[in-house]
Amino acid sequence: MSKSDNDVVITGVGIVTCYGVGKEPHVALLSSAEVEPPRVETERFKPYPVHPMPEIDWSQQIPKRGDQRQMENWQRLGVFAAGLALDDAGLKTDAEACASMDMIVAAGGGERDIKVDSLIVDEALKRNDRETLLNEKLTTELRPTLFLAQLSNLLAGNISIVHKVTGSSRTFMGEEAAGISAVETAFHRIKSGQSSHSLVGGAFVAERADILLLVEGIGAHATGDWHPLWQRSSDNGGGMIMGSVGAFLVLESRAHAVERGAHIYATIDAVEGDRGNRDDNRLEQRLSRLSGLAMDADPSETLLFSGASGMVETSLRERQLLAERFAGATLRGYGGMTGHGMEAQFPLGLALAALALDGNLRVPSFDSSMEQPMPAPARQAVVTTVGYTRGEGLAVLSAGA
Amino acid sequence: MSDNRFKDHLGRPIIAVTGMGVITSLGQGLQDNWAALTSGTSGIHKISRFPTEGLSTRISGTVDFIDVPADNAVERSYAFARETTAEALAQAGVSGDFAGPLFLAAPPVEPEWSARFALADRAPPSQVEGDAYDRFLAAMRDRPDPAFLEAVQFGSISERLSDKFGTRGLPVTLSTACASGATAIQLGVEAIRQGRTDRSLVVATDGSVSAEALIRFSLLSALSTQNDPPEKASKPFSKDRDGFVIAEGAATLVLESLEAAIARGAKVLGIVKGCGEKADHFHRTRSSPDGGPAIATIRAALEDAGMAETGIGYINAHGTSTPENDKMEYGAMLAVFGDRLKDIPVSSNKSMIGHTLTAAGAVEAVFSIQTMLTGTVPPTINYVNPDPTIVLDVVPNEKRDQQVQAVLSNSFGFGGQNASLVMALEPA
Repeated sequence: MSKSDNDVVITGVGIVTCYGVGKEPHVALLSSAEVEPPRVETERFKPYPVHPMPEIDWSQQIPKRGDQRQMENWQRLGVFAAGLALDDAGLKTDAEACASMDMIVAAGGGERDIKVDSLIVDEALKRNDRETLLNEKLTTELRPTLFLAQLSNLLAGNISIVHKVTGSSRTFMGEEAAGISAVETAFHRIKSGQSSHSLVGGAFVAERADILLLVEGIGAHATGDWHPLWQRSSDNGGGMIMGSVGAFLVLESRAHAVERGAHIYATIDAVEGDRGNRDDNRLEQRLSRLSGLAMDADPSETLLFSGASGMVETSLRERQLLAERFAGATLRGYGGMTGHGMEAQFPLGLALAALALDGNLRVPSFDSSMEQPMPAPARQAVVTTVGYTRGEGLAVLSAGA
Repeated sequence: MSDNRFKDHLGRPIIAVTGMGVITSLGQGLQDNWAALTSGTSGIHKISRFPTEGLSTRISGTVDFIDVPADNAVERSYAFARETTAEALAQAGVSGDFAGPLFLAAPPVEPEWSARFALADRAPPSQVEGDAYDRFLAAMRDRPDPAFLEAVQFGSISERLSDKFGTRGLPVTLSTACASGATAIQLGVEAIRQGRTDRSLVVATDGSVSAEALIRFSLLSALSTQNDPPEKASKPFSKDRDGFVIAEGAATLVLESLEAAIARGAKVLGIVKGCGEKADHFHRTRSSPDGGPAIATIRAALEDAGMAETGIGYINAHGTSTPENDKMEYGAMLAVFGDRLKDIPVSSNKSMIGHTLTAAGAVEAVFSIQTMLTGTVPPTINYVNPDPTIVLDVVPNEKRDQQVQAVLSNSFGFGGQNASLVMALEPA
């Protein structure tokens, strides 16, 4: 592809997963000869395994204790990962660049005060006037600051406060689709000249019973021990293992990046999201159409980073479709190693793909029974995320500055 | 050169509004809302949705007249949005699939307390203190509940709207707190300017008033406690204002490139000329005392519109009736408009409909365009005790017949969110 000033390039990567904080542990994962099973917490939320957060020194990115206290872990993780991305792009201390930087955050939210909720439902079991009880208890027990500490748009709000990113601030919601739309929107804004540099990403904290409850409405969680992504079975729950993930990217127009001499990890050639009914092969039809974005890619030089959630049937359908559309390309299901990061899943895939392309890495197989060795470093990467219930997205990345 | 009449000052497609729909506590549909709004009627009432005994605020602008299959924020928000979208598409003369992208401003949702109680009832007994969610998970493993999941997924509302109205691609569901409705319009405008589409469906909805939502805002001292009489509580720019009144509502705008609208013979209701935004890093709930980001937001909207401040004939204020917002907003407007500000009519719809939160920016955009279309400026009601430090023509208490060519509409929210829109009657 010929280069153009308004190409959308990745110049900053901020990642936190169970593998650790920042680029190094993730480059190590992506360049190791063989992978060990990832870190999984199987006791705390038994029978649900989750990929835990690594040890994090919050003060590295959120220096003020007062700021840390105003956030639940989900917001903290996002603010932290956003700071890593800004640092990595060399923009953290560039006040002018941050003040004009656009921001799109893919956010969930809704953490509860589990003690208060428990107290209320336990008391309610003994009473008939539950709504009155609720008023009494919420008025006296709810921490005023909790509202803001879990509110969806306050992850972006806290990034503005802590990192002074204030060009614009938009929060997208809607599970995995939020992350897809965030990248897609930033991409088109830069491509069309509406934005020159943007911070895009999201975070998800798996280690919370209140958050785990949500998707268990359809029995989505895998139960018992960790299994590789493509080997999850309905004998052990729904197949999804959640992971605590923070993933942010700095995206810039090529002109903006070149002018300031920024390191370019990769170029985003295309990105698109879609949705709809998945019955009767319609999921495959949509994924097949999205795959057309990568029609120029040479399979032998293409890395397929699938963000498959692990949901048994959906993941199988995605894998079969990708195998068919990209025969000969190297498939890696990254969510098997990091856990499913929900809103952060798609940005995480782009971040990992950018590292792999930039480092000319030969990514080890994450599931040797299903994933073939990678013959040579890739020149292009295709990143997918198929939402565990809805929404699909696909991005195409190219190596080389 | 024939295309020039369809391009703005920067050579971008001019954006037309061709359909509008609205629901507030004043009623369903633009016609009923406008009649109430211009007659100075308040939709604020005593809360009947849940008991308010012991609460410091017992009033709101809930929308209680739309049938919903289940009593939760997703069902209400969807139902409002469905109704306003049907209204807007009918006005726009669009039938069949919309075939453009959907930008939806929707409230963050959580399980309802009724759902938690129901789970507790069927869950195993407590083993240790604070184990409610472990028990809920056990109950859910025992008997999954897809309806529960749908009611707590942020993507549920846009999913249904997309299916019902045949929008294209992956819809965006967004929240920029009290600026959400304006941000949704901005995203719709940007998509058309990018050349990705000729039309965008912009929807903003909020049906999230519950006991806990009310209490949360109460605990932040954001709500008016002047419960009696309810219709007098919201008094933007008054000396004795003491907080906003939480409310519900929805609005839909059909945006099209002017060229596409004219080509299909659609009636053009108004033009979205410019959008501005600037985030604030001062505080989680408070704006920078100097109003810097709000000033920058208004200026950005004017610049995007290619318009000098002298072009604005009416300001649809954010005007929440909180002590802080109204003061800050006045300061920001004064900084931009200077001495001329006192001669510009500035009214707050929130004096009558309360603060429709996620929906507010779009609801108020609809009313802004209606103001221009009808030559009637809606009043700020309950303005009997002016704040002497805020010198504004708030169109006190009664509507005014006045032709307006261009409107500025402001939205400012928690989390440092600021968005302003400039709308005009004519493209030029």
